[in-house]
Amino acid sequence: MDKIKVKETIAKRVALEMKDGDLVNLGIGLPTMVANFIPENIHITLQSENGFVGLGPAPAQGKEDKDLINAGAQHVTILPGGAFFDSLTSFAIIRGGHLDATVLGALQVDEKGNLANWMIPGKMVPGMGGAMDLVTGAKKVIVAMVHTAKGTPKILKECNLPLTAAGKVDLIVTEMGVMKVTDKGLLLTELNSEFSVEEIQKATDAKLIISEDLREMRSN
Amino acid sequence: MSKIISKEEFTDKIKDGMTIMIGGFLGNGTPETLIDVIVEKGVKDLTIIANDTAFVEKGIGKLIVNKQVKKVITSHIGTNKETGRQLNAGELEVVLAPQGTLAEQVRAGGAGLGGILTPTGLGTIVEENKQKIVVDGKEYLLETPLRADVALIAGTKVDKLGNAFHTKSTRNFNPLMASAADLVVVEAEEIVEVGEIDPDVVMTLGIFVDFIVRSETNG
Repeated sequence: MDKIKVKETIAKRVALEMKDGDLVNLGIGLPTMVANFIPENIHITLQSENGFVGLGPAPAQGKEDKDLINAGAQHVTILPGGAFFDSLTSFAIIRGGHLDATVLGALQVDEKGNLANWMIPGKMVPGMGGAMDLVTGAKKVIVAMVHTAKGTPKILKECNLPLTAAGKVDLIVTEMGVMKVTDKGLLLTELNSEFSVEEIQKATDAKLIISEDLREMRSN
Repeated sequence: MSKIISKEEFTDKIKDGMTIMIGGFLGNGTPETLIDVIVEKGVKDLTIIANDTAFVEKGIGKLIVNKQVKKVITSHIGTNKETGRQLNAGELEVVLAPQGTLAEQVRAGGAGLGGILTPTGLGTIVEENKQKIVVDGKEYLLETPLRADVALIAGTKVDKLGNAFHTKSTRNFNPLMASAADLVVVEAEEIVEVGEIDPDVVMTLGIFVDFIVRSETNG
């Protein structure tokens, strides 16, 4: 699969997790693409942690508003029915259990649902921004990412980078398949037919539990 | 007494070693003119409290690049390479806090609270050296209040008493920071007469604002 196909495969599958009426926060990058694949009969509201709900698509060229950006400093729009607020209200929404789902990328994620995505000591320290609050507060935490870092597993038995939050991840979606975090470990529920069970296990450090109902990875 | 002052009068109020809160999110809703004045004056050893350190050529990033900051308390530095470089070189102290925690710490500082209890950061390095408190069987981290000598905020429309309206996504940390500093200066894109802002849409209260400086930047 080429890079674009990989990202689309992941974003399309994550989109199927959304339920009608959900309030959702999508991380910058791949997670943002999820918005492009929401089924037509499903209406969700997107939150932008810098201070609004009703996040819309990028404006047409020349229609950018200097006073309206998303959490990645990109120019965006707000949809009818949206609302602006300050950072306190934004994080009351996030921490207070009002967010149905958050979709983020990961540097590492492990079989206990631990997530690491905010620093590599001594190398790269971007900071956690809103990620720790999002992962702590959202009702459902979905990790959407390319399965490995150029072949090096990112889905581990145990994260060794500083955590973003402990035990909060519910679902991991990659181009290879869908894994659910359970008490017993990672349950592989869907597999992309372009890969075998052996191949996805080889690309994963944690031992995968293969679901008895293992099905082909869905895209619509 | 008029609250409107010139850039020159504002310059006199900023001194070496001050702790300064600055509003904005990646430069959006940031008082750029006030930052430019501080860059020009060249005061040193500042402690900055802000959501992020913006970009090398924008917002708070300019103070970092000009090496005027000794410590920054913030949630994100990833968009400004110079912040990371100074951190790795040991030239700058960076205290990272989750964004929601940072906002609540500022609120606590302005609201007379001894701190806030949050589950964010439990089980991570954020909990190091912090007190944990159990309420109704649930564990929380105690995060202490933040205050500053000066808060610099940005208003889209500001009346002559300092009541401010912040349009769209420019509100972010601005209203809360105005409550948490000894001296509060708002940079106004537009200054209007008292009464021209409907009291229902005032977002930062004029009672918190000491001085108003007219913005010279646009975008």
